[in-house]
Amino acid sequence: MPAGDRAMVVEFGNEISEAINNQVHALEARLTESRTMGIVELVPTFRSLMVYYDPYKTSFHELEKTIQAFGNILGNSKDAKKRILKIPCCYGARFGLDLKDMEEHTGLSRDEIIQIHSSVDYKIYMMGFLPGFVYLGGLDKRIEMPRLKTPRVKILPGAVGIGGSQTGVYPVASPGGWRLMGGTPVDFYDPDREEPILCKAGEYIRFVPITIDDYYDIRHMIVKGTYQVETVEEGDEGCQ
Amino acid sequence: MSVKVIMPGVLTTVQDAGRFGYQKSGIRTAGVMDMESFEKANYLVGNEHGEAVLEATLYGCTMEFTEDTVIALTGADMEPKVNQMPVSMNRPIAIKTGDSLSLGMAKEGCRTYIAFAGGIDVPTVMGSRSTDIKCRIGGYQGRALSAGDEIKLGAGKSYEEVKDRRAQAVSYPALISLRVIPGPQEEYFTEQGKKTFYCETYTISDQSDRMGYRLEGAAVESINGTDIVSDGIPLGAIQVPASGKPIILLADRQTTGGYAKIGTVCSFDIPKLVQAKPGDQVRFTPISAEEVQKMYEYQQKT
Repeated sequence: MPAGDRAMVVEFGNEISEAINNQVHALEARLTESRTMGIVELVPTFRSLMVYYDPYKTSFHELEKTIQAFGNILGNSKDAKKRILKIPCCYGARFGLDLKDMEEHTGLSRDEIIQIHSSVDYKIYMMGFLPGFVYLGGLDKRIEMPRLKTPRVKILPGAVGIGGSQTGVYPVASPGGWRLMGGTPVDFYDPDREEPILCKAGEYIRFVPITIDDYYDIRHMIVKGTYQVETVEEGDEGCQ
Repeated sequence: MSVKVIMPGVLTTVQDAGRFGYQKSGIRTAGVMDMESFEKANYLVGNEHGEAVLEATLYGCTMEFTEDTVIALTGADMEPKVNQMPVSMNRPIAIKTGDSLSLGMAKEGCRTYIAFAGGIDVPTVMGSRSTDIKCRIGGYQGRALSAGDEIKLGAGKSYEEVKDRRAQAVSYPALISLRVIPGPQEEYFTEQGKKTFYCETYTISDQSDRMGYRLEGAAVESINGTDIVSDGIPLGAIQVPASGKPIILLADRQTTGGYAKIGTVCSFDIPKLVQAKPGDQVRFTPISAEEVQKMYEYQQKT
């Protein structure tokens, strides 16, 4: 479908589901590999792929044909590996401002909440809103939390929280209404880093509980430039 | 070489063509609002590679030069003066050390572009020198200019080399007509809603900025609300939130959003749109993506 004269949007549905999102990322990967002439930028979202193109080098019709041809083989291309980023997270301490409310709302103990939150590999469905902001799928229903009625004016970078059925990390200082449960020393966004954005849509995030001392140790290493986020690759055996 | 800001004006920022390739990570493109005036300004001072310029909004800035250079002004006419003497828009201007440039209120239009021979020497962030005020990156320390800032300039062509270059002045009427490519979520609106959108005249609200122009006027009726699962937002996308009042998203737009988009303003019409001020009026007419593609092909041939 045209989205103006320099972009088209390829829609796979109008809902948030892993199957639809997988198709979006599969097409993105195909188009990136193919180096199709005239494509300027690809923006994958929950359920569609925005394809920005240079109208002097290609056209809506040419791209439509290319993408349709890819579409036919998408079903067969199953990327077997999933790449998981292990994100250290200090739950509670000075970061867990809303853990108490969460205990009351969910009827679970704080340890149970942390255990549940850190035992899932969350898929990055898309990125947007703020630089490095991840929209994650896969939050356990038991720890869903309504947003704050009145958002906080300032949330510090690295804050880990839950908003409705979503969980995620604030990459930069920002106002926000999510319930805060922890903090990660890792920068999801650092404009001075060679790769300013930590992760990509399609990858997974696993939160690893750490102590406040670990937090400061890691933070220290990050400032010195000696810290590397641990990543693992796993076969896609449905380890949800 | 540098230029010192004496008065910043309402909103003056360093901008180039924009930051591309990072929208998938949530980084907005930013960049100049009026690409046409930007390209002209760079042409006039002999810059070949889309060098960064200053974009002044509504009421311009005053600055003082510490070195000889060449500048050019395009876009809105803010009655520019060098050392208190009026100077022309749309042509190169030779500047001597100690000269001051002052801009006033825009007579017509909204944004003035100031290009410097050799461009503006600020660090590139993710491939661009554009200021992204919201994310505080790029441009001059990631923010709008303020009094006392000293902006370094690059080395460029001399006045002799470019002195015969000229660009056409553009006029900016208070009522403009914009061509719109329908979709991608046109089906969220009723027949009546689409009719309203293409027949009514809308007024640009004073809550309009580089991120988007909010429009006042008849509400566009949707079938069953306009919430969608968030998807990408191209330049010129026309979102319709629950109020039914359209918002046209521009250079500083967020990368993704969750309101249905009734259409996208044709790229050729963006420059005149972004020169419109709060209170100016717009009308929409539909055009197909194919027709616009033909315009690109025609332009390439000529």
